[in-house]
Amino acid sequence: MYEEYAVVMKGIVKRFPGVLANDHVDLFVRKGEIHAVVGENGAGKTTLMNQLYGLLHPDEGDIYIFGNKVIIRGPKDAIKNGIGMVHQHFMLVGNLTVAENVVLGSETTRGGVIFDLREARRKVKELSERYGLHVDVDAKIEDIPVGMQQRVEIIKTLYRGAEILVFDEPTAVLTPQETEELFEVMRRLKAAGKTMIFISHKLNEVMEISDNITVMRLGKVTANLVTRETNPREIARAMVGRDVVLRVEKPPHEPKEVVFEVEDLWVKDNRGLDAVRGVSLKVRAGEIVGIAGVAGNGQSEFVEAITGLRKIERGKVTLLGRDITGLDPRSLRNMRMTHIPEDRHKYGMVLQYPAYYNMILGKHWWEPYSVRGFLNHPAIFEGSKELFEEFDVRPRNVNMLGGNFSGGNQQKIVVAREVSGNPKFTAIAQPTRGLDVGAIEFIHRTILKLRENDVAILLVSMELEEIFSLSDRILVMYEGRIMGEVMPEKTTVEEVGLMMAGKRLEEVRT
Amino acid sequence: MEKYWGFIIPVVSVLVALIIAAFVILSVGKSPVEAYIIMVKGAFGSAGAIVNTIVKTAPLVLTGLAVGFGFRAGVFNIGAEGQMIMGALTATAVGINLGWAPPYFALSLTIISGMLAGAGWAAIAGYLKAKTGAHEVVTTIMLNWIATYLSAYMVQVPLAVGSGTPKSPEIAPSAKLPVLMKVGPLEMSAGIIISVIAAIVMYVVLEKTTMGYEVKAAGFNPYAAEYGGISISKNITMSMAISGALAGLAGVVELMGVHHRFLGTLSGGKGFDGISIALIGQNHPIGIIFAALLMGALRTGSNEMQFAGISKHIVMIIQGIVIFLVAADRIVRTMILWRKRRKVKA
Ligand SMILES: Nc1ncnc2c1ncn2[C@@H]1O[C@H](COP(=O)(O)OP(=O)(O)OP(=O)(O)O)[C@@H](O)[C@H]1O
Ligand SMILES: [Mg+2]
Repeated sequence: MYEEYAVVMKGIVKRFPGVLANDHVDLFVRKGEIHAVVGENGAGKTTLMNQLYGLLHPDEGDIYIFGNKVIIRGPKDAIKNGIGMVHQHFMLVGNLTVAENVVLGSETTRGGVIFDLREARRKVKELSERYGLHVDVDAKIEDIPVGMQQRVEIIKTLYRGAEILVFDEPTAVLTPQETEELFEVMRRLKAAGKTMIFISHKLNEVMEISDNITVMRLGKVTANLVTRETNPREIARAMVGRDVVLRVEKPPHEPKEVVFEVEDLWVKDNRGLDAVRGVSLKVRAGEIVGIAGVAGNGQSEFVEAITGLRKIERGKVTLLGRDITGLDPRSLRNMRMTHIPEDRHKYGMVLQYPAYYNMILGKHWWEPYSVRGFLNHPAIFEGSKELFEEFDVRPRNVNMLGGNFSGGNQQKIVVAREVSGNPKFTAIAQPTRGLDVGAIEFIHRTILKLRENDVAILLVSMELEEIFSLSDRILVMYEGRIMGEVMPEKTTVEEVGLMMAGKRLEEVRT
Repeated sequence: MEKYWGFIIPVVSVLVALIIAAFVILSVGKSPVEAYIIMVKGAFGSAGAIVNTIVKTAPLVLTGLAVGFGFRAGVFNIGAEGQMIMGALTATAVGINLGWAPPYFALSLTIISGMLAGAGWAAIAGYLKAKTGAHEVVTTIMLNWIATYLSAYMVQVPLAVGSGTPKSPEIAPSAKLPVLMKVGPLEMSAGIIISVIAAIVMYVVLEKTTMGYEVKAAGFNPYAAEYGGISISKNITMSMAISGALAGLAGVVELMGVHHRFLGTLSGGKGFDGISIALIGQNHPIGIIFAALLMGALRTGSNEMQFAGISKHIVMIIQGIVIFLVAADRIVRTMILWRKRRKVKA
């Protein structure tokens, strides 16, 4: 049965307390194809893949690999069946080299001792060359960029003999260039006969790389599409159940007085090197200032510094006419500054706290949440329930632990918290990372609503499309410096791209 | 299900430990059933036994709370022993000089001075961690030794009285905790009431107050806490101080309720027992009360067992296995899951 399929998951049912995460899901993946799985946040994609990789066990349903019925008890079984998984949060050891990471925990190690590292290095090199993975086998993981770390994860699965590779939102953390490189690798793998399952919220990526598409919604499969015969609009409709605006309309809006100002800011990164080198900018009320740039050019450090999470070496920050240089996050929040952090697991949430507690983080000392030092639980519940409703967080269960929400719904919780409660200035970093098209539309509308309410908004994003469709002004950051300022309607993606690569605006325009 | 884990794990661990220990008792040729009956009788069989168990339990509740509060806040206070000594020592210095004072004044002053001393002693480690990053496990162990030797000096030189074992004079009668129950020579002081109140206060602080929200957030995820306007350095120092105050209170209860004078053996490892108790009680105030009661009962029950010819060290075996299982709660989880999975398959 099912000989022509690499993976068949039939009638998969997976329940969590109060949630039917997979409701009789059928997934058919042909040998040698790239099969996309798409669907809204919380549709059950990660849950499905975790069952294929043995991290979770189906309550009902069967799995067939290359036509054979299998029971996958854990990742070891999955690997034995030729299944490899490239996790969204990499499982690498930072202070070991690439080669060491690849062999760690595989057949060539016994009791933690690598007994033939030279042989391993050779094999890693060979794999790297065969599939164009371009990794430096002797580099330490902590010293290489995210895109390369991901390729190390791929090598790791190949090294263990994977024939079927699962990618859960691999491009969410990549720059557009890195995404292109990943696709190149995937094409080579396909040419070598490997089968791949690819999860992404970016429909243009799905259109570019996949052969067939399975669309999920609320735990069920709602469509099986052939990529050649469909288009993003149709996919989006199958995902969301309605027509989705892929790009929101930005109404004209006159900005008002300057609310937030940075003068000659210098900030160091974790290694003590200058990450931000003399940045100056102004944000006015009712204005969105976008910062574009390739990841790792000082944007993260810049945002952390202005929100009180990182030391400012030099320079001055002003909010509403007051010098706020070096103030702690609590004082800044009391001045109605909010922050949507790029890393929601590190900063944005306490995963062990229920959602209703996550909804008040950073305003938990304000009335009505806190009254004379005591938490006002009824008010906290009510407030959270309202925000859940308004931001369509699923499932609508404010008692669930933060860590049990799907990635996209966690992001909605953070956004809901930070945009509610009348901020004056808000720093927004990668607001739609890992969100589905419907949710992106919603978040974009929310940000524009803030603008209409005369909030000053600083938007940092690696998505050029996001920067272009939301910003009133665009600044491009490269190696800690601003390369130039442009208006979205008076520039081109190419021009901004050149500045992102380190050319100053003057150089670009001459 | 997840909600009940905190309860299931320690209970299952205790049961498993009792079963394993039963085999050990069997292997030395005794009857485990008989041994356990003797032990239970020894701990709860008579009014005297019960008083004895409760007297042993009271300070253990407090050291358990001390360590448990630290864990909830993300600090590992291994120095409850030293803080207990400092609390008792300071309370002694205050208590012996209060002959003139009325009881309500003497009692509260002695208690507060002991708690403050414990808090201050622990806050040193908290401050060092906040300012320099020095790990609290190291600094609190060092502070334990300082406290031990400082107290030894105090009862041998400035506070010494009488001959034989070094000891301080008795505290003023007005500074002694009232006795709730007397069975023969055994006295049960109000210490147990203080302990239970402390547990309730800790529960309220952790679950109902803004401070508890901040302490737990910092314990779970310091980055997110900092981001959410919670000062980590302030929190570390404060959490250590609160933890130390509870440990100090344990010393106070031992002093004012049991010994009435400072002796070198007053703390007797109860600070370290606090670590086990916090683990078994899953850092939950109510759980800690029961864990301390278990520990107290095992201690009194084991004496009785000794008379019946079964080594009291069997209790150490039980205690060790419980701690091992609770700490390795994955093992217990997996064992329960196996059973569940088999049921699903069937
Ligand atoms: N451990 C868990 N406990 C309870 N519910 C869970 C758990 N893990 C996942 N869920 C729920 O199962 C549903 C499916 O989640 P899943 O992570 O598979 O979604 P997803 O399709 O990967 O979404 P996203 O695109 O946001 O990553 C969600 O409603 C989620 O809240
Ligand atoms: Mg997911």
